[in-house]
Amino acid sequence: MSAGEDSIVQFDNVGLRYGTDKEVLSDISFTLYPGSFYFLTGASGAGKTSMLKLLYLAQRPSRGAIRMFGQDLITQPRGNLPDFRRRIGVVFQDFRLIPHLTAFDNVALPLRISGMSESEIAKPVADMLEWVGLEHRIDARPATLSGGEQQRVAIARAVIARPEILVADEPTGNVDPEMAVKLLRLFEALNRLGTTVVVATHDVHLLRKVPDSLIMRLDKGTLSDPTGALRYPPKREVIAG
Amino acid sequence: MIGSGLIRRGGPRFSGSATRMMPQARIAGPMPWVIAIMIALTVMAAAAGLALSNVASNARAEIAGGVTIQVVEGAPAERERQADRALTFLAGREDVTSFRRVPDEELAALLEPWLGEAATESEAVPTPALIDVRLSGPVTARRLQDLRAALVAEVPAARLDAQAGWLAPVFEAIRSLQYLAIGLVVLLAATSVAAVWLAARSALGSNRDTIEVIHHLGGSDGQIAQIFQRSIGIDAALGGAAGLALGVGAIFVLGRQFADLGSGLVAGGALGLYDWITIAAVPAAGVVLAVLTARLTVIGALRRML
Ligand SMILES: Nc1ncnc2c1ncn2[C@@H]1O[C@H](COP(=O)(O)OP(=O)(O)OP(=O)(O)O)[C@@H](O)[C@H]1O
Ligand SMILES: [Mg+2]
Repeated sequence: MSAGEDSIVQFDNVGLRYGTDKEVLSDISFTLYPGSFYFLTGASGAGKTSMLKLLYLAQRPSRGAIRMFGQDLITQPRGNLPDFRRRIGVVFQDFRLIPHLTAFDNVALPLRISGMSESEIAKPVADMLEWVGLEHRIDARPATLSGGEQQRVAIARAVIARPEILVADEPTGNVDPEMAVKLLRLFEALNRLGTTVVVATHDVHLLRKVPDSLIMRLDKGTLSDPTGALRYPPKREVIAG
Repeated sequence: MIGSGLIRRGGPRFSGSATRMMPQARIAGPMPWVIAIMIALTVMAAAAGLALSNVASNARAEIAGGVTIQVVEGAPAERERQADRALTFLAGREDVTSFRRVPDEELAALLEPWLGEAATESEAVPTPALIDVRLSGPVTARRLQDLRAALVAEVPAARLDAQAGWLAPVFEAIRSLQYLAIGLVVLLAATSVAAVWLAARSALGSNRDTIEVIHHLGGSDGQIAQIFQRSIGIDAALGGAAGLALGVGAIFVLGRQFADLGSGLVAGGALGLYDWITIAAVPAAGVVLAVLTARLTVIGALRRML
């Protein structure tokens, strides 16, 4: 399949059902290209979070094929999945910061998991916290941080290891529009460094803030892609983003 | 790839940072104390079992072939005469390896706690002459009977008993106590397993969110299990050390008191090097058990996640 050759993620007729309920995602096919910026939109309950869970390997599809980093995900043994996850940064809708760890230790987590030594960790983490404007809150625990500050720690943690894919579920859901735009700038900066970004949001104003972004729209569990652009996008146009 | 410079593949260890990742994985509340008490009780039961087994084997070795002759005669002069006759008789027998007249002073010292100094000194209470005899080979009922008949023919006031004979009920009691100790150790070990398992489960439950996050960030099952193994291992080691100290303290106090009894039988129960190694192995086994339980519990829970 020529379209998928230099893709980073490829979904082919993917379906997802929880238990024995009817499918919450049906016939999902699309291709993500490295270095592109995607928005995932859709009404509440349309399946955005479910789709992101497939992307950050929290869920196995009930049917269909998923390729990631050029490898078939479905047939991967469970033991290989941590290596995939380490190449994906996730901003959870509810942040999921570890409450008893400081901002520093929360952000350092992905680096520690990847086995970096403490001396290698100190500077990048401090730099990252400075980048999100939290250098003065480096030793604060999540409970003592404001909602927006927690969100920035969560984002810092998601991007600290320079993931090849960044997945963010409603990352601007709980902050004012000004902060939302600021956070979006962080994603764009990371995107310019080469990371493929997927942001789920139902905030239509956000979509216009990133000019070269591509929009994936979910409607009751199906991906509307009338022109087939998501599945077989004109290569040059996408890479230009 | 962009990240490859920063991210190492494979399943590296967390090195020194594991405890910083999950300080709450410590066993909560009274669990370290429960473990300490269980270990202390196990240590004491094990020590009792080992001491009893030492008592039994020492006593058995000591009295194998042992026979006691008493010359029961009220008149001191006649008693001495008959005792001498008995000694001569014993010297002439081939199946007697050794014999020894227990000196009167030794006998008096043995009886003094029971009868008082005055009684033994003044000959107010006539004491029998005692001869400790060791036969070659085990003492059978048949041999005893033959020996007794021959002896009494020469020494009418002599009474002869096998030492094992009058200790048989003691041995039986010791054996029962040993079974009791083994039973206690088994029960306590089972309870310890349950306590450690519950502790690991509750530590896992209160850290489920953290485990999920680390899992989603690419932590391997081994890495996550390692965090728990370490902190639960440390807690079990602390509890085990406290329990060992408690148990050994109790053993020493009891040992001192039994030693004060001055009984040769009790002295035979002194714990040797291997006994102490066995006792020290109790908390070590507890730590291994705790770490293993933690690992199995965590890996089991993680297997249910993708
Ligand atoms: N774990 C689950 N078990 C069963 N059903 C689920 C589960 N998670 C989601 N669903 C169902 O799947 C459908 C899609 O849910 P999903 O969370 O993906 O929607 P969403 O687009 O993220 O919605 P929102 O914008 O409100 O976050 C919903 O009908 C939801 O009830
Ligand atoms: Mg959602």
